[in-house]
Amino acid sequence: MAAVQNRPIELDEIDRKLINLIQLEFPISAHPFEEIAAEIGTTEDIVIDKLSRLKNEGVIRRIGPIINTRGIGGTNTLAAVKVPENQIEKAAAVINKYDEVSHNYLRNEEYNIWFTVSAPTQDRLNQILSEIQTELDCPLLDLPTIKQFKIQVNFHV
Amino acid sequence: MSEQNPIWKSDMDETDEKLIRLIQDGIEFTHAPFAAAAEELGISEDEIVVRLKKLNEQKKIRRFGASIGHIALGFTANGMGVWDIPEDKIEEIGQKMASFHEVSHCYHRPRSAEWPYNMYTMIHGRTQEECYAAAEKISKAVGIPEYRLVFSERELKKKGVRI
Repeated sequence: MAAVQNRPIELDEIDRKLINLIQLEFPISAHPFEEIAAEIGTTEDIVIDKLSRLKNEGVIRRIGPIINTRGIGGTNTLAAVKVPENQIEKAAAVINKYDEVSHNYLRNEEYNIWFTVSAPTQDRLNQILSEIQTELDCPLLDLPTIKQFKIQVNFHV
Repeated sequence: MSEQNPIWKSDMDETDEKLIRLIQDGIEFTHAPFAAAAEELGISEDEIVVRLKKLNEQKKIRRFGASIGHIALGFTANGMGVWDIPEDKIEEIGQKMASFHEVSHCYHRPRSAEWPYNMYTMIHGRTQEECYAAAEKISKAVGIPEYRLVFSERELKKKGVRI
């Protein structure tokens, strides 16, 4: 693969420990960074400095609650649209303007834009998909989860 | 930290919902990251901790932790494997696919005439070759030779579910 303008950043031993720990075992605590420091044998100041750098570098997007849409009474789906090459930017803008759209990827397929939608009700979800389809006037796939076998993102470094 | 999405009516209690709205864009990296939310809500930081642990146990949040920018870490290849699995094998094959550490997400979804795939496996790798190697291994293990790996060319949005 060419195109490596996104060269991975340099990580030291503490960075690696932090990244591996905060994905799956972030302590829910009033002073979480103090607990992490104790866990990996360093100081809270170092943990905070390191994490701040990782955030600036884009390695950490955010530390917070990962909401389970269906767990709070909502619903979600994976959708895809087939749009002409020259309409991709417009389509991305149309889709991304919805706060309910959490992820959106351009993919190397006939159905080339793939996005996830999370909404409080099925009606709202259907409304969003229908508005997108109307505005883009293109074929749309609605692929709701029948069964989730796994969701466990863990980038081990 | 906003109310731009008032249509969200979850089944959480009002304080939990406000708490999530206050911290869903990410906590500050400080000694007391929940102090501001505690003050805003008029509850203690300890109560916030109790509430978050309970939301976690009740699976209203999937977890509390970091969302990783995998591209910055060098995981630039993101391949969505799509498979057509016979209906009577869904359960068995779904479990098997999920057991591969290379697979982060595994979902059964409806197939249709224009898109004849009913199983989805997300595979992240440092290169496309790495993803293909994983998909090939999975294909052999489950005895499904046909599949497609649909790579992302560009991230158009990633921000997590918000209420």
